[in-house]
Amino acid sequence: MTKQKTYTCFEKTPLVLESGKTLASITLAYHSYGKLNSDKSNVILVCHALTGDANALEWWNSFIGPNKAIDTSRYFVICINAIGGCKGSTGPASINPKTKKAYGKTFPVITIGDIVKSHKALIDHLGIQTIQMVIGGSMGGMMALEWAVHYPDLVKSCVPIAATARVSPLAIAFDAVGRDAVSVAGPDKGLAVARKLGHITYLSEQSMDQKFGRNLQDKDSYGYDFGVDFQIESYLNHQGEKFVTHFDANSYLYLTKAVSYFDLAQKYGSLERAFAAITAKFLVISITSDWLYTPKQSKEIVRSLMKLNKDVTYVEVDSYYGHDAFLIENDALFDIIKVFLETQT
Amino acid sequence: MSFMKKEYYQKIMDLIPEKSRVLDLGCGNGDLLKTLISKKNCYGYGVDMDFHNIKGCIKRGISVFQGNINEGLQEFRDKSFDVVLLSQTLQEVYDPVYVLLEMLRVGKKGIVTFPNFGHWHVRMNMIFKGFSPKTKSLPYEWYNTPNIRVVTIKDFRHLCKQKKITICDEIPLSKNTLFPWKIPLSFSNLLSQQGLFVLEKR
Repeated sequence: MTKQKTYTCFEKTPLVLESGKTLASITLAYHSYGKLNSDKSNVILVCHALTGDANALEWWNSFIGPNKAIDTSRYFVICINAIGGCKGSTGPASINPKTKKAYGKTFPVITIGDIVKSHKALIDHLGIQTIQMVIGGSMGGMMALEWAVHYPDLVKSCVPIAATARVSPLAIAFDAVGRDAVSVAGPDKGLAVARKLGHITYLSEQSMDQKFGRNLQDKDSYGYDFGVDFQIESYLNHQGEKFVTHFDANSYLYLTKAVSYFDLAQKYGSLERAFAAITAKFLVISITSDWLYTPKQSKEIVRSLMKLNKDVTYVEVDSYYGHDAFLIENDALFDIIKVFLETQT
Repeated sequence: MSFMKKEYYQKIMDLIPEKSRVLDLGCGNGDLLKTLISKKNCYGYGVDMDFHNIKGCIKRGISVFQGNINEGLQEFRDKSFDVVLLSQTLQEVYDPVYVLLEMLRVGKKGIVTFPNFGHWHVRMNMIFKGFSPKTKSLPYEWYNTPNIRVVTIKDFRHLCKQKKITICDEIPLSKNTLFPWKIPLSFSNLLSQQGLFVLEKR
């Protein structure tokens, strides 16, 4: 177990956000594993997903560690919590230094670009001038893309997994309804509903069928009422209830909004323009059964990079687990990331 | 590496100039590209459908696109590669005409190799045994063969003429050491186990 560290930045000059608003005195929570070598050239930046945290060793245990795909005996692995979240970095539940009260909904709306920009301050603080690899799944993949686009001289290779360069209307729709649930039903009940809805999009028809089928929960026949009949209902309830105990409803609003806004083509005029200055070697990985950020969307990234003659490899991991496969599908991902990383140095 | 494979690699190597940009469609584990990169200072890119092949490519440090050949070709600009290779894959392609025309759009030159179903051994098998072609280099049954296009060297020449594809070079390949390099083109459909064509389309 490593201890979570913090670094406070933007104390004198605030961070100017993409919205034009500013955010001052930002605390970043982060974990690091392994040792930074003398020339600081062995850095791997791991970016977490929507509701993840900086303790990557916890949620990506099968990938990070000594002799694992991301080998902590060779690399200095760092993971920073997203601002706007509630896992240690500044977010809506943090105290606004001006008012001495929690930001709540006065927290400015942020973007994926803003999150990355804020994290860059810590990278600078640590004196890191080369990131060997930036890697992440889902929202973490979007952050990885933003790193490679925004800091082309810093990033040597970029591995977005189950991600997209332009969040689709389908994904925006689910996130919007999730936020509606929070506004209508409040931070507890609403957030639980939002989580349940979100969780459906992380699974697939086949994975649900395989795991739950139409099995009934603690009963042999239908209840003919509106209580829980099916295992899938009970599972989702459990996920919702568990989630509200450790996640701030406002953070959910801010982070899903950041994801909804994510569109590199819109931000730079086109994907080709966004990727024009990229020097990083790309490994784009999609999951065959991911219907939230589909293989088609990953291929869009790949095609734009191909058009520009950038160095890009595209891999489709054959899995029925849906979007969540990036946390589950260990063997295939492990192998690919390991061999990719081995050719990097 | 088997003699045939070594010889086959050498043939292809000889046809590709130093420092060429090479696109290999159906690149397998990237072995050929790796050889081209290390021996001829080429830039190489691969396309393959199989996950394990993709892993092999990454291991060899070769950038690769996992997908079918049609998908892998679409985004490349006209003449953006010096050479596009289609090695031992033509016979597995659903729409070979599209693939041929696309590879010659993307590449200044195309190199196509395929097992020749016109080889005498295949013909003898057919005539005397009455079974569908099955040889050492085509070891499949009719129901499980990935080779969905039964093509001979003659067929291929015919198609090139039809589609106004220029055959710059044609090299018969045979394991038969009696005719190591010297199979006359007029007999190559009968005597070559493999067809190797260098193509261009202006």
